[in-house]
Amino acid sequence: MPDAPGLELIRGEIERDCPGAVLATSFDRAQAALIVDPQRVLDALRWLSEQPGQRYSFLSSLHAADYLPAEPRFGVHYELINRDRVERIRVKAMLADPGGEELPEIDSCVDLFPTAEAQEREVFDFFGIVFRGHPNLTRILMPDDYVGWPQRRDFPVGGEPVTFTYSEQRYD
Amino acid sequence: MTEIADATLDRDREIMTVNVGPHHPATHGVLRLVVDLEGEIVRELRPVIGYVHTGIEKSCEDKSYWKVIPFVERMDYVSYFFQMEAYCGAVERLIDLEIPPRAKYLRTLFLELNRIHSHLVWLGTTALDLGAISMLWYCFRERDKILDLFEMATGQRMHTRYFQVGGVIEDIPVGFEEKCRAFAEEMPIRVGQYEDLLDRNEVFLQRTKGTGIVSRERLLELGVTGPLLRAAGDPWDLRKAFDYLAYPEMDFKIPVGTVGDNYDRYRVRVAEMVESARIVAQCLDALPEGPHIADDRKYVLPPRSELSTSMESLIHHFKLVTEGYRVAPGEVYYSIEGPRGELGCFVLADGSAKPARVHFRDPSFVNLQSFRDMAMDGYVADMIASLGMLDPILGGVDR
Repeated sequence: MPDAPGLELIRGEIERDCPGAVLATSFDRAQAALIVDPQRVLDALRWLSEQPGQRYSFLSSLHAADYLPAEPRFGVHYELINRDRVERIRVKAMLADPGGEELPEIDSCVDLFPTAEAQEREVFDFFGIVFRGHPNLTRILMPDDYVGWPQRRDFPVGGEPVTFTYSEQRYD
Repeated sequence: MTEIADATLDRDREIMTVNVGPHHPATHGVLRLVVDLEGEIVRELRPVIGYVHTGIEKSCEDKSYWKVIPFVERMDYVSYFFQMEAYCGAVERLIDLEIPPRAKYLRTLFLELNRIHSHLVWLGTTALDLGAISMLWYCFRERDKILDLFEMATGQRMHTRYFQVGGVIEDIPVGFEEKCRAFAEEMPIRVGQYEDLLDRNEVFLQRTKGTGIVSRERLLELGVTGPLLRAAGDPWDLRKAFDYLAYPEMDFKIPVGTVGDNYDRYRVRVAEMVESARIVAQCLDALPEGPHIADDRKYVLPPRSELSTSMESLIHHFKLVTEGYRVAPGEVYYSIEGPRGELGCFVLADGSAKPARVHFRDPSFVNLQSFRDMAMDGYVADMIASLGMLDPILGGVDR
């Protein structure tokens, strides 16, 4: 992990090369995180993975979380590793819920990190976050005809009727 | 004559789409493969997953922190100690709870026993796929000894719920150390016997050597970790890279391969079993005295014996069992080296007694993406060998 001053140094360097990409930093429970502008997430990721001397080039995990009732509501997390210095850094992009049937959107990082292919599909599947430019953004674990985004906090647990023979007869 | 030859040629070039699974013994679980074949050559491959998705991550959001532990154990069902450690470690980092040294050593001990167990299941089933049927019985014989050890210490053979936030639920019983030491001494000899059975098996060698090669660079792009990456020559192991549990005090090597074919994957895992047995012996040698679980009554259940004499303990027990403990808002990603690679757990706390999000970065899920690269333009038989050597656990893939 970069320590808190190290994180500020990284932020300063990104600010010099891509102004405005990083909105804030957080250093909590010994974990360093950059909170980036969702429109500029690819700039920040590319800088971190390709900048000589940084080389956070291994994406170990991409996942999302729903911060309801906070606003913006969705967070997409990129856990990056610098394998030379053995350091981790988290990049976090916060996305607002556009409301209604519209889905929040963010750029796909599959070109930069091919490993994100399945993980972005998983985030889409469970949170309904659209990754622009993903080669095959379809549901991955839920059935193709499933309706709803089950990992959102306002999606109820359970509640799906199970069709046993007797319940089919009763519902008809 | 030429006409007939041409017709045969055309028939060979015809692309045939074949469905493999989801219920097939060679897919190691409920994995479906849609394979485009040209003759016997794989030209395209699409894994279809999700058949055993049970929404564990969602269900965890409805449980208090300590009730999540048995849930997450059931994701990757052959490496349950690792799932527990990833989750408990993440929660311990959220509440900033240090675990006592004895608990660190006991956890390390059980993790390494579990690693041997997991590799034995892999070796038995994969060798079975490749025609070495008797391997299954030998591997499961040793696996049963590990399960006996688990049962002796925890009361359960699988899904033990042994790790708790703050340490482990019980100290090891009398006689465990002796049995465990005997096992750690025996295991390297058994591994030598497995090697004798397989390393001179012509069929096994022909099916594994030179098949399923993926370069180290490509594996890194695909986020592959664990024995698959090490078989391609990259000594990346989180036990060495990051400081957790008692691993910094352990003396062990990281086996690596050279070309990254299926044979190297087999060699790396087999060598890892010997190293794990060494770690088990070292844990027993250096096992520190002291408590096996932290003494913070806000998070850890008081000892059973105190309940009848201390009102305080009774209140703590009641509060912990009914509501659980509240965790201040925050988020932690904690990852450990599982038997298949980086096993990460992300926990988001919103201030209540239930986690707002539990996510597992399961190595099988990520590693499965490299399967297409392994199988492309090879024979169907090599595809089956590669799948076995990939060692996906579908419970972990689908969660």
